[in-house]
Amino acid sequence: MAAGALRRPVARRLNFVDAFLWAFRLAVIVVVVWGTVGTLRLGRYTGEQWVDFVVFGLAQGGIYALIALGYTMVYGILRMINFAHGEVFMSGAYTAYFVAAPLAASGFLDRHPILSLLLLVAVAAAVSTGVAVLVERVAYRPLRRAPRLVPLITAIGASFFLQYAFRGLYGSGFKAYPEFQLFKGEWQILGIGVLRTQAVVLASAAVLMFALYQFVMRTKVGKAMRAVSEDKDAAALMGIDVDRIIVLTFAIGGAAAGAAGILYALVFKQVHFFMGFVPGIKAFTSAVLGGIGNIPGAMLGGLFLGVVESVGPALFLDGLGIVAPYQLKDVIAFTMLVMVLIFRPQGILGERLAAKRA
Amino acid sequence: MWRVGLVFGAVAWFVSLVGLVEALHGRWVVDGVLSAGQVLLLAVLLASGWTAARRFSASLVGRLWAGLLAGATVGFCVGLLVWLRSLVDLRTMFVNASPALFQLLSGGQPARVAWAAAVAVGAGVGLVGGAGACTPARVVRPILVGAAAALSLALFQELVLLVLQPEPLAPVRDWLFVAGGGPTAQGIAATFAFSAALAALRQASWGRAGRVALPPKAQRVLWSFVGVLLLAALPIAGGPFVAQVLVIVGLYTLMGLGLNLEVGLAGLLDLGFVAFFAIGAYTVGLLTSVGDHGIAHWSFWAAVPVAVLVSLIAGVILGIPVLGIRGDYLAIATLGFGEIVRLLVLSDALRPWFGGSQGVLAIPKPVLAGFEFSGPQHLYYLTVVASAVVAYVAWRLQDSRLGRAWMAIREDEDVAEALGINLVSVKLLAYGLGAAFAGVGGAIFAVMVGSVFPHSFQLLISIQVLALIIVGGMGSIPGVIVGSAVLIGLPELLREFGEFRFLVYGAVLVAMMLLRPEGLLPAAAQRRELHAAEEEPAGLARTPVGAATEGGA
Repeated sequence: MAAGALRRPVARRLNFVDAFLWAFRLAVIVVVVWGTVGTLRLGRYTGEQWVDFVVFGLAQGGIYALIALGYTMVYGILRMINFAHGEVFMSGAYTAYFVAAPLAASGFLDRHPILSLLLLVAVAAAVSTGVAVLVERVAYRPLRRAPRLVPLITAIGASFFLQYAFRGLYGSGFKAYPEFQLFKGEWQILGIGVLRTQAVVLASAAVLMFALYQFVMRTKVGKAMRAVSEDKDAAALMGIDVDRIIVLTFAIGGAAAGAAGILYALVFKQVHFFMGFVPGIKAFTSAVLGGIGNIPGAMLGGLFLGVVESVGPALFLDGLGIVAPYQLKDVIAFTMLVMVLIFRPQGILGERLAAKRA
Repeated sequence: MWRVGLVFGAVAWFVSLVGLVEALHGRWVVDGVLSAGQVLLLAVLLASGWTAARRFSASLVGRLWAGLLAGATVGFCVGLLVWLRSLVDLRTMFVNASPALFQLLSGGQPARVAWAAAVAVGAGVGLVGGAGACTPARVVRPILVGAAAALSLALFQELVLLVLQPEPLAPVRDWLFVAGGGPTAQGIAATFAFSAALAALRQASWGRAGRVALPPKAQRVLWSFVGVLLLAALPIAGGPFVAQVLVIVGLYTLMGLGLNLEVGLAGLLDLGFVAFFAIGAYTVGLLTSVGDHGIAHWSFWAAVPVAVLVSLIAGVILGIPVLGIRGDYLAIATLGFGEIVRLLVLSDALRPWFGGSQGVLAIPKPVLAGFEFSGPQHLYYLTVVASAVVAYVAWRLQDSRLGRAWMAIREDEDVAEALGINLVSVKLLAYGLGAAFAGVGGAIFAVMVGSVFPHSFQLLISIQVLALIIVGGMGSIPGVIVGSAVLIGLPELLREFGEFRFLVYGAVLVAMMLLRPEGLLPAAAQRRELHAAEEEPAGLARTPVGAATEGGA
């Protein structure tokens, strides 16, 4: 990898590449500044609407951050992108639908909403964990010593396999997730009206991330994980079962993704076999943004991406007079992805690990 | 042993519930006796017995016993599924858990009887699998070849029937196939016996030296002559449907040759490759369309060079920013670019130029000296010629200075740079030329469909192209052609497969990387490298079914 380390000499020798990259940066900055000024001058959105955008962005960002944990932890340990992680996220949410639907039909969901939510999260996390561990076992473990490109290709293969496996198992249509009566409407938090679902999602994401962070930092297993990500061989010499730690990393990342799947279903109220792809890419973007391999970074990156993506179309593009800017929401996310990969592959907080990725 | 059985039992559950068994059940292997779905289940049982036997024992009795036990476990799992279904309606969760599937699994018996029967059948078939593991490879291989041939006869019967259409061939047709149904028992048996015998003979003659009758050069000329003749005759013999499939195979070959420069030779994994195909298609569409979005009303022939040039420039432009990125980050960055291109074209913001989701319509067919390339049978020749030209260019590039530079950066960028290779220009040439090849494909695609819209250019296409390169063998030009014939052509011809195509792609990608990372027809260097130490694996040839289930294990 070592994008940072290698880019310098290449760029120094060839100025037109440098110039091109500067032009690219400049173009993005001009679009952002111009669009922002234009939008603010138009004054089409009220302050309240901006707050709504930000809150929605934070809720969505929390989901991205939870998924991003899986990417970042696996990358930290194996230095590989688990391309199938988006599908791990999908598998939990999609399977939990078959628990949620009967619960809603029997009325249990509305009588015990908190219990039901916990149950759904547990089911989704269990399924996602299972899928993540299975993928590790079948597609990654036999290839641990293979050239870099090989596990990436199996990851892409696994991703497609999972998508179409779930399509075959559960059908290709959208499934409407039941709604929680309790989470309808708004709560007043600090004088701001916040949609209840978004507040619940944000709070659950925060709690889960905090718990995970504590797990990695405080427990013995967490310490072993950090040791393996520092140096596999040295960790093995210290008596750590590296294979077991890797499986555990996949499992924890999977569980976080499964929980994120339920939160996603709460916000968007539907699931689909292809739902993992775009959130997966965005979560990966968040992980890179925050500095891959860095857990607080992934959280920060997720929230940041969520907010930019939610505010972006209105703030940057509306002012340029672009028709239907919301269609370009994903373009903003993908542009951020590409830009962070090109200009700052070590991310915001990722200095420590970036140096080692050679 | 029972653990192997459980894994294969899970595979059996999976292929049943995912709908594969039922989909294949619609096709007779032996009319009225055996369906392809049943063959799939039998294959799972055989594989379980074989694997268990190979893994757990060296002695004859031990292997047979392991096979029996594993097969019985798989049978138990299948029986369990049938029994579960008699308790709860699985269909609320699994859309494919249809009555027809369980009719097949249970043989119409009540659940408990079916369970016992499944265990018994499983044990029997597993025993056969175990016996297969005890038999020397020189006996097993012809049997497998024969089975594969017999299965192909069943799976591609439409194609065979098409060839046997002429009236003088009617007796052969009636002997091989039941009218309006599947192959007859004698047809399948004869195909099996014939191919198995052929395989056995071939194997026997391998040991002896001096099999070549003609000098190599004359042989090559003869074979290329036969090849050209065959290529020219195929669409005429096969009719429009076959020609259509071949055109699609040709288009993927074009893209594959392009991506092969990037991934296979230069080692730059590009997941946004479809963008260049799209750019080629849109350029031709915009330049030639007689509809709303047409800007020039050029002829196809004038538009193609422009399309190639535009794709080439686009390849270089998208290549510049990612010059410093390597490996998996590169894959994601290019994926991002590909999606950005698609989303921009799809957006309403650019609708006045690109037509948004409706795309560019009314693209005329190419006309050459008064002859219109109207149907797939005509476009086929265009595709073949384009593919041949591009393949020739790719072949010449491969061993040129540039090609060797690509391979050097594939192996190690830093060393290549230290040896004086200009990374920037070499990489940009890979992106540019690869994109140009895809642009040719896009141009033909535009006139084939007669319209271009963003929906045709999804990430799936990039993945398919990647898959075909990997299956064919990275860096190998014949590999690209074989890969696109196998991965693109076969599923088109095998109509039941449609729905499961991507499932199988995913499984094939994983299985290929695990079992045969160099691909079906590897480039010489790659083969040497990957199999330098080990000997040719003595294992059995994997059938597609085996490969497909591998990923679910």
